[in-house]
Amino acid sequence: MQMKTQSKIIVIAASLILVLSFFFPIWYIDLEAPQYPEGIGLEIWLNKITGQKPHDLNNINGLNHYIGMKEIVPDAIPELKIMPFIIIFLIIFGLAAGISGKRSLVYIWIVLFFVIAAVGLYDFYMWEYDYGHNLNPHAAIKIPGMAYQPPLIGSKMLLNFNAISMPHIGSWILVASVILAAIAIIIDKKNTKAKNE
Amino acid sequence: MNRKYLKAFLLAVTVIAAFVVMHYGCQESKNLTAGDEAGRVYVAPGTYDEFYLFTSGGFSGHIGVYGLPSGRMFKVIPVFSQDPEKAWGYSEESKPMFMTSHGFIPWDDAHHPKLSQTDGIADGRWIFINGNNTPRIARVDLTTFKTAEIIEIPNSGGNHGSPFLTENTEYVIASTRFSIPIPNKDVAIDSYKENFKGTISFVKVANDGEMDVAFQILVPGFNYDLAHGGKGPSHGWAFFTSYNTEQANTLLEVNASQNDKDFIAAVNWKKAEEYVAQGKFKTFNTSYFRNYFDEKKHMGFSEEKKTVKVLIPEECPGLIYYLPTPKSPHGVDVDPTGEYIAAGGKLASVIVVHSFSKMLKAIENKEFETTIDGIPVLKYESVIGGEVTNPGLGPLHTEFDGNGYGYTSSFISSEIVKWKIGTWEVVDRIPAYYSIGHLCVPGGDTKKPWGKYVIALNKITKDRYLPTGPELTQSAQLIDISGDKMKLLLDFPTIGEPHYAQAIPSEILMKNSKKIYPIEENEHPYGIKAEKDARVVREGNVVHVYMSTIRTHFAPDNIEGIKVGDVVYFHVTNLEQDWDIPHGFAVKGMQNSELLIMPGATETIVWTPLKEGIYPFYCTDFCSALHQEMSGYIRVSPKGSNVAITYGIGK
Repeated sequence: MQMKTQSKIIVIAASLILVLSFFFPIWYIDLEAPQYPEGIGLEIWLNKITGQKPHDLNNINGLNHYIGMKEIVPDAIPELKIMPFIIIFLIIFGLAAGISGKRSLVYIWIVLFFVIAAVGLYDFYMWEYDYGHNLNPHAAIKIPGMAYQPPLIGSKMLLNFNAISMPHIGSWILVASVILAAIAIIIDKKNTKAKNE
Repeated sequence: MNRKYLKAFLLAVTVIAAFVVMHYGCQESKNLTAGDEAGRVYVAPGTYDEFYLFTSGGFSGHIGVYGLPSGRMFKVIPVFSQDPEKAWGYSEESKPMFMTSHGFIPWDDAHHPKLSQTDGIADGRWIFINGNNTPRIARVDLTTFKTAEIIEIPNSGGNHGSPFLTENTEYVIASTRFSIPIPNKDVAIDSYKENFKGTISFVKVANDGEMDVAFQILVPGFNYDLAHGGKGPSHGWAFFTSYNTEQANTLLEVNASQNDKDFIAAVNWKKAEEYVAQGKFKTFNTSYFRNYFDEKKHMGFSEEKKTVKVLIPEECPGLIYYLPTPKSPHGVDVDPTGEYIAAGGKLASVIVVHSFSKMLKAIENKEFETTIDGIPVLKYESVIGGEVTNPGLGPLHTEFDGNGYGYTSSFISSEIVKWKIGTWEVVDRIPAYYSIGHLCVPGGDTKKPWGKYVIALNKITKDRYLPTGPELTQSAQLIDISGDKMKLLLDFPTIGEPHYAQAIPSEILMKNSKKIYPIEENEHPYGIKAEKDARVVREGNVVHVYMSTIRTHFAPDNIEGIKVGDVVYFHVTNLEQDWDIPHGFAVKGMQNSELLIMPGATETIVWTPLKEGIYPFYCTDFCSALHQEMSGYIRVSPKGSNVAITYGIGK
C-alpha cells in the first residue's frame, strides 16, 4: 500500500536522524567507588569504546587486572567494526521505504530494527558475561562464586564498585527513530481510514 | 592579741589571693576568644577553603600552602632547599635547579612569596620567591605547584628586597641587602665608603614566565631592604627602602641607626627602559645562572650568563630619586590607588606616607635638598602625604583592605594597627602573639584587595602551643577584619618561618591545577611510554635502567649483572594516568634519596653499589591494595665478575 506524503516525510526523517547516532555514545557504564569522587566509567559507541574521561579506559583495565579480567581492547571487538555498516544499512533501507512510500517496507524496516536491537543487546550481554566470568585463574583477588559481569541495564555492586549500566543518548536516538516510523504508519492508517469513510 | 594577729593574717591571705586570682585571670584573658570564632574557621570535611595561602618557609627554603580560613596545610613546595622526600635536589633532573655561580647550593633563606599580577591584580599563574642568602629569584608554576625556574641575581650581596612586581608582571624587582664591591673584589672591609656599592635589579618576565636580568642600576653603598612596584598612576615607578645610609661596616645595630632619616629610592623604570634602548648602559662582566625545568622533558637545565647591563644614575638623569624617610625604613607599601607610599620606619615614631603626586610635583619643581652620586634627594616636606601618629613601636609592613584602611604590623609592640588613609588616624589595634613581622591581607598589596582577613606572621610563639623542647613551632594568626573591630579567629602553626605570605581566592587556582602529566607528551630522553620498553643497558661501568611503574609492579623487577663500582642510573617512568597515584622508588643502601614520581613523569636517581649482594627495592608511596608487593630485587656481583645483564618481570 502506498503512503501519503506526510508519512513518507516522517519515515525519511526517521531514517535520517539515525545519522546522529554516530555522534553520541549508545550505552554507558559508570563505576562508583569512594576513591573516585571525580567518577570513572566507559562509553560504548557504535564504533568504539572510550573512557568517560581521557584515561578512564586504561585506568579501568588497570583496576580489572586485580580480579583477572581481560583487558578491554576496543580494536579486538569485531562488532564495533560491523555496527556502523548495520546502521548505514538501516538508514538506506529507511530512506528507500520513505521515498518509495511502500507501507510494507516500513513494516519490514521496523521489524528489522527490533531484530537488530535484540541481537545487539544479546551480543552486548554476552561480552559482559565473558568479561565478568572468564577470569585469569592467577588473579590477585579471587572471591569464590564471585563474577564481575556488569548489569545490562541497572546497577550492581561489584566489590567496592557500584556498576551502573544505562542507555546513552545514542540509544534514545534509535528509539526516537523507530517511534517516528511507527507514528508514520499510524498517521497513514488514520488518513486512509478517514478517506475510506 | 592572738586574734589581732589572726585577723591581720587572714586579711593578708585574702589580699594575696585576690592578687593571685587577678594575676592569673589577666593571663588567661589573652587566650580567650569568645563567640562564633570556631564557626568562622570551620571548613566542614570534604569542603574547600575560600583562599589559598602561600607562606614563605623563611630559613627552611620552602613555600607552605595552606587553606583559609581553616589554616590547614596542604603542601610544602621545595624551592631553594633540597627535599629527599621528593628527590628535589637529589634526582638528576632537579640538580641543575640548584646551580649558581658558587656551585651547587642546597639551601636558601626564602622570604617573600609574590603572586604574579595582571593589571595590578593577582592572576594565579605563578608565585615568585626570593633566595635571600645566595641571591636568587624562583618562579613556581601554580598549575603544578612545582618550582619552574630559578635565576641568580648578579652583583648582589644578598637578595632581601625581592621579588616585588610591576603591575603586569613586566618585571620582578630586586635590591641588594648588603652592599659589596661591584664587581666583587678583595678589598679591606673598612674601605666600605670608597669601594662598596648597591644594585637595584629589574628581571624581565616573558609571557611564558622565562626570567632574564634586563638591567641593573648601580646605587650608593647603603643597605637596600624592601620594595614595591607602583600601580595605577604610579605604574612605571618602583620604590625601594634603604637603611645604613651611614655606610657603617661594623656594629650596624648602633652605627647604622644614627641618621634621623634614610631614603626610599623611587625608580622610574620606564625611563630606565628608554636609557637601555638608547644604549646608555655599561656592560659588566659577571657570572650568574638561570635554571629552568622543562615540563615536557621532565628535566632541569642550567645556563650560565656572563654579562649584565648596568645603568649609572649620574649618566641617566631622571632615573632615580631619594625620598627622605624616618628612620631605617623597612617595608615600603603602595596603597590600592597607587597614590600613597607607606614606609615602615622600624625605628620611627610615626608611619610616614609619601604622596606620589606630590613627589612628581617636587621633581618638576626641582625641590631638592641635595644630590648623592647623581641621585637628587627630594625635600621631605615636599613629598610627605601624611603621618600616622602613635602607630605602635617598630612599624614594619602595611597591607590594605581596599576600603580605605591600612594595616601596619608593629614588631616591638607586637600588634597590628589599623589606620585610615587620608585622615591618618589609628582606628583600631589588636595584639599579635608574638613579635609580628609581615602581615597579609588577601590581595592586600594589589589594586583590588579581597580583604576579609589579615594574617599575622609571627616571629616567636613562646607559650602559644604545646612545648616541643627549645625549638618551638612557627605560627601565623588569622584575624577577621570584616567589621569595625579586628577579631582574632585562629592560631595555626607553619613550616619554617612564615616570613611573608600571599593569599588568593581558591576558585582562581583550583580549576587550573594539573592532575597528571600526559604520558604521550613525555619527552624525557630516558623515559618509556610502555612497559614493553623497560630494559637495562650497560655502557662500560655505567648502567641505565629504563624502569616503569604501574599498579602494582616495577618493570623490570629482577635485575642481575650489576657490579660493585658500577654507576647505575634508575630512570623511572610512572605510567599511571590516574589522579593522585604517584609511585615511590627506594633501593636499600641508596646514598641520596628516594624518588617520588608523579603520573606520567620520569625521574632519575644514581646509585653506586659498594658491596656485593642482593638489594631489595620497593614503592614508598602507598599506591594500592598490593602496594606491599610492589618491590623487586637487584643482584650486585663483585667487580670483574662475569654475570651478564639480565632483567625481567613475571618469569
